[in-house]
Amino acid sequence: MVSSVTNLGRSGLSDWLIQRVSGVVLLAYMLVVGFYLVCSGSEITYAQWSAYFDSTFMRVFSTAAVLSIVGHAWIGLWSVSTDYLTERMMGGRGTLLRLAFQAASAVVLFTYLVWGIQILWS
Amino acid sequence: MLKVSLYRYNPETDQEPYMQEVELDTGGKDLMVLDVLELLKGSDPSLAYRRSCREGVCGSDGMNINGKNGLACITPISEALKNGKGGNKLVLRPLPGLPVIRDLVIDMSLFYKQYEKIKPFLQNDTPAPAIERLQSPEEREKLDGLYECILCACCSTACPSFWWNPDRFIGPSGLLQAYRFLADSRDTATEERLSDLDDPFSVFRCHGIQNCVNVCPKGLNPTKAIGHIRNMLLSRAT
Repeated sequence: MVSSVTNLGRSGLSDWLIQRVSGVVLLAYMLVVGFYLVCSGSEITYAQWSAYFDSTFMRVFSTAAVLSIVGHAWIGLWSVSTDYLTERMMGGRGTLLRLAFQAASAVVLFTYLVWGIQILWS
Repeated sequence: MLKVSLYRYNPETDQEPYMQEVELDTGGKDLMVLDVLELLKGSDPSLAYRRSCREGVCGSDGMNINGKNGLACITPISEALKNGKGGNKLVLRPLPGLPVIRDLVIDMSLFYKQYEKIKPFLQNDTPAPAIERLQSPEEREKLDGLYECILCACCSTACPSFWWNPDRFIGPSGLLQAYRFLADSRDTATEERLSDLDDPFSVFRCHGIQNCVNVCPKGLNPTKAIGHIRNMLLSRAT
């Protein structure tokens, strides 16, 4: 058992499951929004676009998509940082660089999360 | 004449590794790569590599042959040249990702450390019977495709996840062995074994790229075994 305190779900299985479920949510979201865009053609107006996203269904679905992006991205970026930004790869600087990268990723993703929810629900 | 490019490194005399270009008369025969090495060692006894059984059973002579990991003793020159990399030249390098001790000999300590982690022996907490612990033919069949692993390290050293985290990711070889004991009807330590694997590194660094399946000289499928472990973890935790 290798311990870790910075991965999302505290276990390899939960991270793996979150990554798969969030991937499915994002695929479904892209298909639904893509289908709407294709059906609307090139004459879509701001009013139509705004009304589409104002429905409760789209607000809930968009919130799920934002949460999925944040979870999916954190697990992916965390994996990248623990593959390449390690003591093994870069000597003593590894831990510092990895923590800095993870902190920067967390700030960006948290900002997207709050900003996304603000846009969707305000 | 067969052109051979050999990875050479002697830490006592060389500043850094280099590729040595040599030519060898094979007499038109399609020799095994190990035969080529034996002939070359005849003229240069300083060449170092591991070998033992010379028939694909001991797993000692795993090396990178024209870009693909394999056993030198069961890889014919013709097959090695078909790999594409190196043109009509035989290119021999040590298995990638682990420290080189000398020439084609690598330090496999980390590989064995991962193997040790999965506790590769039967554990059974029930009283020992007077005879062997019996299995039905169906139970025994579950071990096919698992017990044949010879620990040559061709798969683990072909895996990028093992290159980056050889100290934390168990690797395809160790995980194939882990499933060999998880699938064994005579083993009662399933819960402990699964608990030891449920972290972000031991199993879940496998991203399913199947380099291991591509190179396994015994034709085994570690990716499939890893999938079985993942399913066992999933059914236990959900």
